[in-house]
Amino acid sequence: MTAPSEDIPATATATVEDVAVAKPPADPGTPRLAVENLRIVMRPSRGRPEVDVVDQVSFTVQPGHVLGLVGESGSGKTTVALALLGLFKRGLARGGGKVLIDGQDILGLSEHELQKLRGPTVAYVPQDPGSALNPVLKVGTQLREVFAIHGGDADRLTQVMAEAGLEDPGPILASYPHQLSGGQQQRVALAMAFACRPRLIVLDEPTTGLDVTTQRRVLDTVRGLCHTYQVAAVYISHDLAVVAEIADHVAVLYSGRLIEIGAASELFATPAHPYTRGLMRAIPLMETSHELHGMAGSPPRPGNRPAGCAFRPRCEFAVAECELREPAPVVVSDTGHAARCVRATEVIALSGTALQARERTVPPAAEPVLTISGVSVSYTNKPVLRDVNLDVGAKKAVAIVGTSGSGKTTLARCVVGLHKDWTGTITFDGKQLPPGVRGRTQDQLRKIQFVAQNPYGSLNPRQTIGQIIGNPLSHFSKLSAREREQRIGDALTSVALRESFAARYPDELSGGERQRVALARALVVDPELLVCDEITSALDVSVQAAIVELLLRLQAERGLSLMFITHNLPLVRSIADDVTVISAGQVCEHGTVTQVLTAPKEPYTQQLIADVPGFEHAV
Amino acid sequence: MARRSEALAVIGRAVRTPQGATGLVIAGCVVLVAAIGPAVAPYSSTQFVTAPFARASSVAWLGGDILGRDVLSRTLDGGWELLVMAAIATALGVGVGAALGIMAAYYGGWWDSLIMRAVDVILAFPQLVFALLLVSILGPKIWLIVLAVAISHAPQVARVARAAALDITERDYVKAMQILGIPGRRIIRKDVLPNLTSVLMVEIGLRLTYSMLVIAGLSFLGFGLQPPAASWGLMINENRVGLIANPWGVLMPAILIALFTIGVNTFTDAVARASLGVGGRATEPEPVALVAREVT
Repeated sequence: MTAPSEDIPATATATVEDVAVAKPPADPGTPRLAVENLRIVMRPSRGRPEVDVVDQVSFTVQPGHVLGLVGESGSGKTTVALALLGLFKRGLARGGGKVLIDGQDILGLSEHELQKLRGPTVAYVPQDPGSALNPVLKVGTQLREVFAIHGGDADRLTQVMAEAGLEDPGPILASYPHQLSGGQQQRVALAMAFACRPRLIVLDEPTTGLDVTTQRRVLDTVRGLCHTYQVAAVYISHDLAVVAEIADHVAVLYSGRLIEIGAASELFATPAHPYTRGLMRAIPLMETSHELHGMAGSPPRPGNRPAGCAFRPRCEFAVAECELREPAPVVVSDTGHAARCVRATEVIALSGTALQARERTVPPAAEPVLTISGVSVSYTNKPVLRDVNLDVGAKKAVAIVGTSGSGKTTLARCVVGLHKDWTGTITFDGKQLPPGVRGRTQDQLRKIQFVAQNPYGSLNPRQTIGQIIGNPLSHFSKLSAREREQRIGDALTSVALRESFAARYPDELSGGERQRVALARALVVDPELLVCDEITSALDVSVQAAIVELLLRLQAERGLSLMFITHNLPLVRSIADDVTVISAGQVCEHGTVTQVLTAPKEPYTQQLIADVPGFEHAV
Repeated sequence: MARRSEALAVIGRAVRTPQGATGLVIAGCVVLVAAIGPAVAPYSSTQFVTAPFARASSVAWLGGDILGRDVLSRTLDGGWELLVMAAIATALGVGVGAALGIMAAYYGGWWDSLIMRAVDVILAFPQLVFALLLVSILGPKIWLIVLAVAISHAPQVARVARAAALDITERDYVKAMQILGIPGRRIIRKDVLPNLTSVLMVEIGLRLTYSMLVIAGLSFLGFGLQPPAASWGLMINENRVGLIANPWGVLMPAILIALFTIGVNTFTDAVARASLGVGGRATEPEPVALVAREVT
């Protein structure tokens, strides 16, 4: 299984150095980090044989370089990341392979030796710094603890903080973690990680949950620190655009296998694996609106991998040969760009034709279906929304864009009646809407439907999908059991799910399927206005693409008006006609998508657009 | 209809686990003894059979009690009433407590303050003292004991139910129903309550145990069932002076009470666990899927 011939690193190592001539590493002989044929297994239990979660993963990282490790949820990227620290999740164990830091295999070390290694040699920046920092200790206490344990000059504290972009460390050191913003928390985590000048740093999606401006600053900080101190970094993310911003090399994981590796510019410009190509086609771009292509199906779970290539069932390039054996890496360029696909060269040849531009036909201006005028909201004297004015035209898609805390979700809650303490007027279908759900007529309640952000929380785990979709139906209309079943079936079909899903429970569904159910629940009563609150932010890009395309199709078919709340600007380009930018509770800019995204007037919007990660840096 | 079949499915899954089966068998045996005991008892519970605190013999298999009545017969005779009283008190207490707690959590504001402050007042009395207070004022009537025990349970259940329900009422699926204008009562019944199954099952097990203890304790203190009636609590009180001469008079009722509480709690624990899985699926997700989910 791990025959030397199937090794990626042999080729990759040599070529990575070729690429890096411009910035020669301190010691070109050994890479800072070398992962060789890493295999991580789920221990056998109760008659279940040993199953590998990660296998045949090999890559190298030179000092001062950043490797982006990309994969969708469940691909094993966090498992690999933790293995770099000598850690394994419960139930998992090393099945073979080596993790060499400066030539030393850390997987062979005892727990005690590993303890001494973590911090000074290899450091970790977690995904959610809010939960990684101890909430009952001041930030200063926690940072000093790092120095106290690993020995080091505590006077360097201010220097370390400044390097992480915290110029005025005094007040921050004296704060508790919850008193800091998400960006500040992540900087504290970065300062902690860089405090002991580690040789390798592992970053696990450190900017997920930060808004684009903060994300941009954190990325710049990480990049700067890695270059200055010749730290090798492994940056894990599901967001290809972010990885394109920061990484020198990119490795793509799928179902626990490294399916493509190469220099970032090359990999993004000419993806050689159908999966990478699929991801690229699923990502909305800032510059142009193009058709988003979701990938059918979902990645196989460990233990359920099909024979041959794990991606084969979802692959549009699959041929008979793919079923026979796991494909060996095919090197496609002399810089070491390699992919585990028998048709890699053909895939590359197609890379120019990856995207299909789309002209959105803007519906003619009609009477707005929803008019928000002068809406203000305060939570205990703190204004959240100030004098917001907004129109949603009939059959139009209006995007509401803002960073976290800008009040965009509150606005959505006012419209659907969940939040009732607002002032101003909201007119729907020519009639003024009462503030709360209670005052509204059945008709108004039916015509405005809401889809929530997190599909894992919006479906009652105790009800079947059929019952969930049936709830609004039986509330708004009296139907016979047969009609009801018919309508539920139709709703499921309209969101591209099989009718048999009606008998299932939410925990048997993937995130994308759940979000489709949430959509079906909203659409089953034929609404006029659909309020979508960040409905794709919890989903992987390939799933997001499918949901967005579905939403666009449904909007066109049913003449829906959409209020689409998001922080994802490129997505706005793909989905909306008009866009409203909200900042600190106020409307900052409003106009058509083309106007606002190509020629923004307000400095805030300009900054927002400039901070969006994209591929121009890498390509 | 669907909900009932799901509740049955949960219990069915619990019974199939080793823990659930063990608990059910233990508790079931005690109930069986109490239920058919009166019919199979060799003597009447008030009949004088042997000498006071006589040792076990072929006449009285477990010896005699303080007045020379048959310990075995009295043990077989004295459980049913205790079990039924405990069950009713628990059902009442958990039912009322859960309803109050969920209402406080769901409606919030004024309701919440009113209910929870009232609960705090009752909580200020220790459970046994509260029951004693009621019984000593109004006399040792069986319905009153049941009511007193139920009332002393309700506030504690209400606290637990409120805390758990607060979490559920903030979930998006509850919000989704509220947006549709579906009335609160229906949302509580369909969306909140089913998601509290595991919490309430644990409460039922715990409260049933306490009910037994309080009712037996009241008998022991001379309230509750009056002599010469046989009751496990009363028997422990009567026979403790002869513990050395014939320990069975104390041990038998004590062992049965202990076995019952252990059995019930083991079983309700298993039900609570089983209810964490949903639908007709296995109790735990398949191990592979479980770890795979953790890995993500």
